[in-house]
Amino acid sequence: MDSDEEYLYDCDSGNESSGDDVGLEFEIEGEGESGSSRYRETTENYPYEVLSTEDITRHMIDCIKEVNSVVNIPVTTTRILLNHFKWDKEKLMERFYDGDQEKLFSEAHVVSPFKTPSKSQRVPVKTSNGMEECEICFLNMPSAMMTGIECGHRFCTNCWTEYLTTKIIDEGMGQTISCAAHSCSILVDDHTVMRLIVDPKVKLKYQHLITKSFVECNRLLRWCPYPDCNYAIKVQYPDVQPVMCKCRNVFCFNCGENWHDPVKCHLLRHWIKKCDDDSETSNWIAANTKECPKCKVTIEKDGGCNHMVCKNQSCKADFCWVCLGPWEPHGSSWYSCNRYDEDEAKQARDAQEKSRAALQRYLFYCNRYMNHMQSLKFEHKLYASVKEKMEEMQQHNMSWIEVQFLKKGCRHPV
Amino acid sequence: MPMFTKLAHKTSTAAKSSGQTAAKTAAAAAAAKGNVTSPAGKHFLDNTRWQKRLQKELMSLLKEPPPGVTVDVDQAHTKLTEWVVHMEGAAGTLYEGEKFQLQFKFSPKYPFDSPEVIFVGENIPIHPHIYSNGHICLSILTEDWSPALSVQAICLSIISMLSSCKEKKRPPDNSYYVKTCSANPKKTKWWYHDDTV
Repeated sequence: MDSDEEYLYDCDSGNESSGDDVGLEFEIEGEGESGSSRYRETTENYPYEVLSTEDITRHMIDCIKEVNSVVNIPVTTTRILLNHFKWDKEKLMERFYDGDQEKLFSEAHVVSPFKTPSKSQRVPVKTSNGMEECEICFLNMPSAMMTGIECGHRFCTNCWTEYLTTKIIDEGMGQTISCAAHSCSILVDDHTVMRLIVDPKVKLKYQHLITKSFVECNRLLRWCPYPDCNYAIKVQYPDVQPVMCKCRNVFCFNCGENWHDPVKCHLLRHWIKKCDDDSETSNWIAANTKECPKCKVTIEKDGGCNHMVCKNQSCKADFCWVCLGPWEPHGSSWYSCNRYDEDEAKQARDAQEKSRAALQRYLFYCNRYMNHMQSLKFEHKLYASVKEKMEEMQQHNMSWIEVQFLKKGCRHPV
Repeated sequence: MPMFTKLAHKTSTAAKSSGQTAAKTAAAAAAAKGNVTSPAGKHFLDNTRWQKRLQKELMSLLKEPPPGVTVDVDQAHTKLTEWVVHMEGAAGTLYEGEKFQLQFKFSPKYPFDSPEVIFVGENIPIHPHIYSNGHICLSILTEDWSPALSVQAICLSIISMLSSCKEKKRPPDNSYYVKTCSANPKKTKWWYHDDTV
């Protein structure tokens, strides 16, 4: 048992520097984190790494380079293609070499790099002496001020900048910003964006968006779900396994929830959903209350006879608690309802029985779940205090080996 | 998407009132140069550039309007960010001879933010994509908007939308939508499912 719980506590080991400094085309600005050392961990036979934001960027560039050494197309196109395939290199290669390349490029919303430069195909609206009209601000601009991507649509740089800024800041778009022209779906590559955006804040936001989408669509990466934690976990193959972030949060790589062995991810998801929504409240209401047949207010009966008078001042209905029919035909039989409809009564009983049973079952498991959660909390507390003790003992001339028994000892009661 | 439109819209009303007097004093053509103080967002660099664009759009709509379209110039001059466009149903279509009014509202982020366009007035066209409160389900008004589009392009789109209609009826969810929607059509999450009409 010891070894497979090691990951829970021994997080100071396995710190390794990656040191592969590739020339970054993607500058990293303003990132407070300085730890660029990748952090390798393994749980039994499940190796994984903890990546900082810079590591993620570096990893992204590595991916692009790797693909690019094979396919030999512009880096910016490779990035868009990779993003289109959710950063699955193999899938990209397969499609690139075995399929219709033209179709591939159009699906990924890029202009095929093998086409001869077609910029001159679309003749821009030229006015005299090298001026062009920008279709966004309607101003005549010198051609040097006009720019565009491979699709050939040209706008002035000011308009481009403002367009991209709006898309990035207001709409939170990163990799999926398309050309500003109407119904042109060609995507704007990252180089163009970085070239046209001046404001460092917008640049930074763009980089964040790119990194975010890179992690989110890559099946080998997952953000640590801990609030405000900026690390991501990188695995070699996705699996239901516990991983621990640098922030010490342990979670399931597959679903991102707290590690939940032996429960399956989908069951946990059901459980959380059940706990979150009000299904049990309504179960309780169904099992223990009835509705007034007239105004539908919810009533819980806590004594007395079957003759009910609704307390709702605007209703005041007289009815029988047993059959929910009007009281009048019941006369003076206050404790036994004689109007009996076999089927209806059975149905009502069954339904009530069922929701009572469901509630019982839920409460049973909820109780256990809460109990285990509580135990886990206690365990952490105990462990923290034991660790403190251990350190104290080491201060008093005891060796590291000698104090290990404490740690083992505290695991037994748990 | 709908979240920022409200904000943009609020600032636009503020800009309008201060811009109103400036536009009145200056001659219409020179109005664009008038230094209108603008409370617009910070990355909205030069307000006058976009006023210029609106002025130019207005001019070209006056000079070469699409068939059946006339813009209310006086209205547009008093309030450059709010236009009324009169539209007449094209001959040979179900709307022949009918008169409609379109209202355009431009936020300070126009043309990067799409204008708010609705039918107003007595006669709202009966069309499967036009709700009885004047809201129009047209993709270029929200997610397919491009800053390279213009008022003219929107008018043409709406004309062709009307002209290709084969049966005059309201959208199937009209009564529910009209009861529950926001006054600003841009806050609606539209589903564009039918390209034929």
